[in-house]
Amino acid sequence: MESRRRRRIAFVAAAATAASLGLAACGSDSSSGGTTHLTWYINPDGGGSDPAGGGQAQLAKECSDASDGRYRIGIQLLPNSASDQRQQLLRRLASNDKGVDIMSIDPVFVAEFAEAGYLAPVPEDKQSTFTDDVVDPAVTNATWKDELYAAPFWANTQLLWYRKSVAKKAGLDMTKPVTWDQVIDAAKKSDSNVGVQASRYEGYMVWINALVEGGGDHIVENPGADGPELKFGLESEGGKKAAEIIQKVSDEGVGGPAMGSTDETTTLDMFQNEQAGFMVNWPYVYAALKGAEVDWIKDLAWTRYPQTTEGTESKPPLGGIEMGVAQSSSKQEQAWEAVECLTSKESQKAYMLGTGNPAARKAVYDDADVKKDFPMAALIRQSLDSSGPRPLTQYYGDVSSGIQREYSPPGSVAPGSTPKQATTLLEDVLKGDALL
Amino acid sequence: MPAFVVMLLVTAYPILQAIWNSFFKYRLTDPDNREFVGLNNYVVSFGDSVFWSAMAATVLITVITVVVELVLGFIIALVMHRIVIPRRTLRTIVLIPYSIITVVSGFTWLFMYQTDTGFVNRWTSWLPGVSDNYDWFGSFWPSIFVICLSEIWKTTPFMSLLLLAGLAQVDTSMEEAAKVDGASWMQVLTKVILPNMKPAIMVAVLFRTLDAFRIFDNIFIMTGGANGTNSLSGLIYRQTIDRTEIGLGSALSVILFICVLIIAALFVKGFKVDLTQGRS
Repeated sequence: MESRRRRRIAFVAAAATAASLGLAACGSDSSSGGTTHLTWYINPDGGGSDPAGGGQAQLAKECSDASDGRYRIGIQLLPNSASDQRQQLLRRLASNDKGVDIMSIDPVFVAEFAEAGYLAPVPEDKQSTFTDDVVDPAVTNATWKDELYAAPFWANTQLLWYRKSVAKKAGLDMTKPVTWDQVIDAAKKSDSNVGVQASRYEGYMVWINALVEGGGDHIVENPGADGPELKFGLESEGGKKAAEIIQKVSDEGVGGPAMGSTDETTTLDMFQNEQAGFMVNWPYVYAALKGAEVDWIKDLAWTRYPQTTEGTESKPPLGGIEMGVAQSSSKQEQAWEAVECLTSKESQKAYMLGTGNPAARKAVYDDADVKKDFPMAALIRQSLDSSGPRPLTQYYGDVSSGIQREYSPPGSVAPGSTPKQATTLLEDVLKGDALL
Repeated sequence: MPAFVVMLLVTAYPILQAIWNSFFKYRLTDPDNREFVGLNNYVVSFGDSVFWSAMAATVLITVITVVVELVLGFIIALVMHRIVIPRRTLRTIVLIPYSIITVVSGFTWLFMYQTDTGFVNRWTSWLPGVSDNYDWFGSFWPSIFVICLSEIWKTTPFMSLLLLAGLAQVDTSMEEAAKVDGASWMQVLTKVILPNMKPAIMVAVLFRTLDAFRIFDNIFIMTGGANGTNSLSGLIYRQTIDRTEIGLGSALSVILFICVLIIAALFVKGFKVDLTQGRS
């Protein structure tokens, strides 16, 4: 009898504890003591979750501290690749997850998220704050059907990195704009390689898109259209020239011994180990090479992304991160206030210095600290301004996967057939008549 | 009865849900447009060369791995059966590859065969005509070779242990009688051991065939399905998770489910495998 009574008391105590813990958990979830708790899903940026790491985690802490207790930003780390980040965010947003407030989104997925109704439009009173003094292509990528859905945070672009001695040996004048044909010929002549990203992944799509854009054409000609109505420009002059360049890099054997497996890291390795005299890659490589203390650092140089067609300005690739607020968030007002702080000029400067990721705001490039750390700052800004964004369509994932499939391996690319095959595949996929 | 209800919910509900979803055109990024399309997802799947390419790769990998594992597993089982002293230790050592998580072993094999940093190319570079930068994942057959090798390395121990159990059931007096009658080692093997091990062999092959037919992780890690190496499971992942095409992915899942059922039925009925008794 006594033991039954004891068990009953223990049960009531346990239930009370569980209930109080549950209530406490609820209390800390959203707002306690007037402070709103926001959750920001960030992409890995080298800063990790360290509030002193120089990355998004640090910005979260600094903006939280500066808010005078109005909000606190907690971070959640997304997977490494842009595709995996998209998948995880999509699954949460599709399930109306209330735990997502702010998101770091790859620019190519803003359209898809916005079309699905998962992103809250930027409030009118914040629009100029987020877009004034920001490079145009980053704003274009944050806009879907004339509505601004995200705040540009950082904007990435690619440069042509090269070794002065290799270019000199090949007799290539780097003071003038160079074409892809010239770079390939120079690599061949100097018995060197050109680092390109041609593995079957998003980086390959970045290269193909930059080549097509550089030829004055676009992979998707009417980006806002519904799937079956999308028109593709792969069979245009620019598209065919793009295929010719990929074929030439492969046929001449200057893409490295395993061109079909190259990504940003492997091309940087090739360049660092002096197997490649030329490389197209993002600006992070400068800090990486300096950090690796390569003994030929004085031989390192950079210039604008190569031209697809001689005389036509190149269209360097555009990357980066846009910041969006979930439509399902019940704290949108505070979230946008936090985004304002996170994307301010000061935050973008700190982020660029901390992680090496270029700012979307133009004014950052005039800053003395930035100029000191990034001798190529002016070129980055110029490349961002004239970059060629990837197709702005809600079907971007399908378009990218389809092109990667038809253009892989690079050795199989033929200007006479590959663009046509890719176009047919994409049309069939978007009509729902084919698998990917 | 309650146990039956729980089992029904856990087992049948996801299957029925997948079958139901397979009749719709439904995409996570277009949540407001869920359209009934009947059997269209199946028609699209069967009419696409990508499906048949995935089916071919799946069957090829299954056949290669199961056949090689059966032969190697049998040899290992014979050796373990004959070794008397540290049998328990030996079995533990043999099981090490099987106990390693596939993602870990997949990445290990990937690193070994990397063009620049992998040591396989360094080992083979002295061979005449072999490049020290060979791209193992740049085309179909080399990729299939490494994928199969990784699978065989990992799962042969499982096969060998199943066969070892079968070997232990063979009546040793029959072996001894055959030897006394002057039978050679090969005759003992083919006329006595193998016929008596048929039930164990069939069960082992059935388990491994079903397992190999669902191959996903090694391919995902090593090639991402490039160069025609995508399997049926990889194709389902791409449609369902990558493209968020729930209807199409469900249809493919149902097709894979039916394939697995057919394989199991063929073994159980065709080869008369008795899973409950271990006898045929």
